[in-house]
Amino acid sequence: MARLSLSGITKVYPSVVANDGIDLDVEPGEIHAVLGENGAGKSTLMKVIYGVVKPDAGTIRWEGREVAIASPARARKLGIGMVFQHFSLFETLTVAENIALALDAERARGDLPARIRDVSARYGLPLDPDRHVHTMSVGERQRVEIVRCLLQDPRLLIMDEPTSVLTPQAVAKLFETLRRLSGEGRSILYISHKLDEIRALCDRATVLRAGKVTGTCDPRQESSASLARMMIGGDLPHPEHREAHAGEPRLVVDGLTLPADDPFGTALNRIRLTVHAGEIVGIAGVSGNGQKELMAALSGERTVADAGVVRLMGAAAGRLDAEERRALGLAFVPEERLGRGAVPEMSLAENALLTAHRQGLVGHGFVRMDAVREYARATIAQFNVKAGGADAVARSLSGGNLQKFIVGREIRQMPKVMIAAQPTWGVDVGAAAQIRQALVDLRDAGVAVLVVSEELDELFEICDRLAVIAQGRLSDARPTRDTNAEEIGLLMSGSFSAMGSEP
Amino acid sequence: MDTFAQLVILTLAAGTPLVFAALGELVTEKSGVLNLGVEGMMLVGAVVAFMVAATSGSPWLGILAGMGAGAATSLIFGAITLSLLANQVATGLALSLFGIGLSAFVGLDFVSVVIAGITPLSIGGLSDLPVVGQLVFGHNPLVYLSFALFALVQWFLYRSRGGLVLRAVGESPQSAHAIGYPVIAIRYAAVLFGGACAGLAGAYLSVAYTPLWVEGMVAGRGWIALALVVFATWKPWRVLAGAYLFGGVTLAQFQVQALGVAIPSQYLSMLPYLATIVVLAMISRDAVAIRLNAPASLGRPFHPAA
Repeated sequence: MARLSLSGITKVYPSVVANDGIDLDVEPGEIHAVLGENGAGKSTLMKVIYGVVKPDAGTIRWEGREVAIASPARARKLGIGMVFQHFSLFETLTVAENIALALDAERARGDLPARIRDVSARYGLPLDPDRHVHTMSVGERQRVEIVRCLLQDPRLLIMDEPTSVLTPQAVAKLFETLRRLSGEGRSILYISHKLDEIRALCDRATVLRAGKVTGTCDPRQESSASLARMMIGGDLPHPEHREAHAGEPRLVVDGLTLPADDPFGTALNRIRLTVHAGEIVGIAGVSGNGQKELMAALSGERTVADAGVVRLMGAAAGRLDAEERRALGLAFVPEERLGRGAVPEMSLAENALLTAHRQGLVGHGFVRMDAVREYARATIAQFNVKAGGADAVARSLSGGNLQKFIVGREIRQMPKVMIAAQPTWGVDVGAAAQIRQALVDLRDAGVAVLVVSEELDELFEICDRLAVIAQGRLSDARPTRDTNAEEIGLLMSGSFSAMGSEP
Repeated sequence: MDTFAQLVILTLAAGTPLVFAALGELVTEKSGVLNLGVEGMMLVGAVVAFMVAATSGSPWLGILAGMGAGAATSLIFGAITLSLLANQVATGLALSLFGIGLSAFVGLDFVSVVIAGITPLSIGGLSDLPVVGQLVFGHNPLVYLSFALFALVQWFLYRSRGGLVLRAVGESPQSAHAIGYPVIAIRYAAVLFGGACAGLAGAYLSVAYTPLWVEGMVAGRGWIALALVVFATWKPWRVLAGAYLFGGVTLAQFQVQALGVAIPSQYLSMLPYLATIVVLAMISRDAVAIRLNAPASLGRPFHPAA
């Protein structure tokens, strides 16, 4: 008898059918992958199982009995635990308090810290119950989530994109833990879009595309290419990548040290980095290791007292603000699309004006609205943005399309230096490939490109040189072909001796 | 009578309405809801308490009615912001203006009414003890109630499971919802508690502190209570300290006036407000303390489906 059996699950949102008649069976002790692109309906399906979202149609059977899972509390009572993709932890509370919140009142009583230590030792997930969550790394936070689930003794554990924030070594450890759990007879639903991981870990895979099941298979018998075809209905696109012809240094950072401006932030420690014309330099690292602070210091949102620490096109730029740096030829694509990359309530044309106003869009102090619309229209056409025209509100676009528009808006300004933070985060495969290709084209046109990303595959695909940021320090950048995921992973966990970056 | 004891008694008496109102608002804000309607809720509490005390002859019944009226007023705020998702700042400001007008209107017939208010304790024997007698046993009963409220709030927020849930809701309603807590219901409870406390603060003013009804008698204390919560970086004991600082300066100001110093009384009346804000602004400059104690979702509407 299947532990969990879904049939005909359907969930309709006003603009999209997130789940369309989905069937899914999970056996006891099975690690079952749910595979699909961003927006394929994986997360909605998991929320249905965990009682966060009510399905519009379909039935759920738990160990043979038909059940209605009205709330997460009900799901936990049945024996379903969930580790969320974006952690549902409370930063200002301690580990023990966070865990107590997710347990029933009875379970939370007694010596909880002792039980936390016990479970974390048993499954190789070291944790200090009294630490505040905001002081912890992303990997440690995930441990909190997993231990929190395990304390409820679940028979089905849902893992929603658990490895998107982990180093390759941490992923290997997580897989060990998951195999041990399945060995105890617990079922695991493993949500991911990473094909290699699913082939390495899972016994069975259900593939979703646009809210529908497109196949069920044994992933160990499949190739990445065949899984990809089921997932996106075609082959994975790969950008062309020619040999780089690096020119003169365009962006030079020399010994950037910056205290954190936020108690939960990371201080930057003697960062050195050079990006030449005609090359793409990538910065890998688990988020929260100083990427945000480095981006702010490079874009000009935060200035540094010593102007010579940041040099753009040879000019000391440390004390210039964002506008002045853009005037020198810097283009910047921030991590948050809505709110920093674009103003959600403004039209695409108005959003274009915000950074592209030097492109003849303003005359005698007045905005030339026709030119602004034309600029937005040209960006939409050139980068295949699916939008209701130049007057569409930024918020109305999907993540991928808005990101294409923002990247396009910057590229059309013909920058000398392009900085992109997490350019394809949460973007569907097709749009991600287009954005990567656009960055590579930019490099071939002689622009200095800096890409910060958590996706190692992406960095290996497009970068000429790779550096790693960990705990506010940056390793030396080395040619991509001379390094590998193993080495980068070690650096991501902060063991810089491997590359000898200490001066 | 011992002057020192008298000074302490008067200081605490002047600070007590702020203790009530600010502790209530603190609990509301810890759940992530910013209710700027404290001034209005206090006035409604004050006028209703006075009317009930005057008609029934029982000041304690008046206090209860004042709390109820404050809670009822906050329920309007709750329905508009939590159920209808309106902007909390605008709604709170409107609630204050509404309370000011409403209390002035319904209180018209009670302006010159005289009632027997709640007077300071006088326990035969105990209150007559030298030195400590007045200091420990000579306060208004409601002052003792404010101590109890402080202890209750401190215990609830940092020692009880309910307080943990409340703080979690205030920090991240999305996460709290995801692990299955009824965010909206918890916020309603916090808003109602804040309203009842504001009503109690107003009732204290009209039934115990100065047993009479004057239009606008809360005189900005609601706004000071709001400022107290922020400047106290959402810590109950700092709220208490700030409230008594306000009480102390209020008192000093009267002393100076009584001495006949040639400063216009308007300037002296500004002093308590000014001193409280300056001192609290100075101790609240610690960015880490603010990040750790401020409810991260403060003022932001929450909708489960979003």
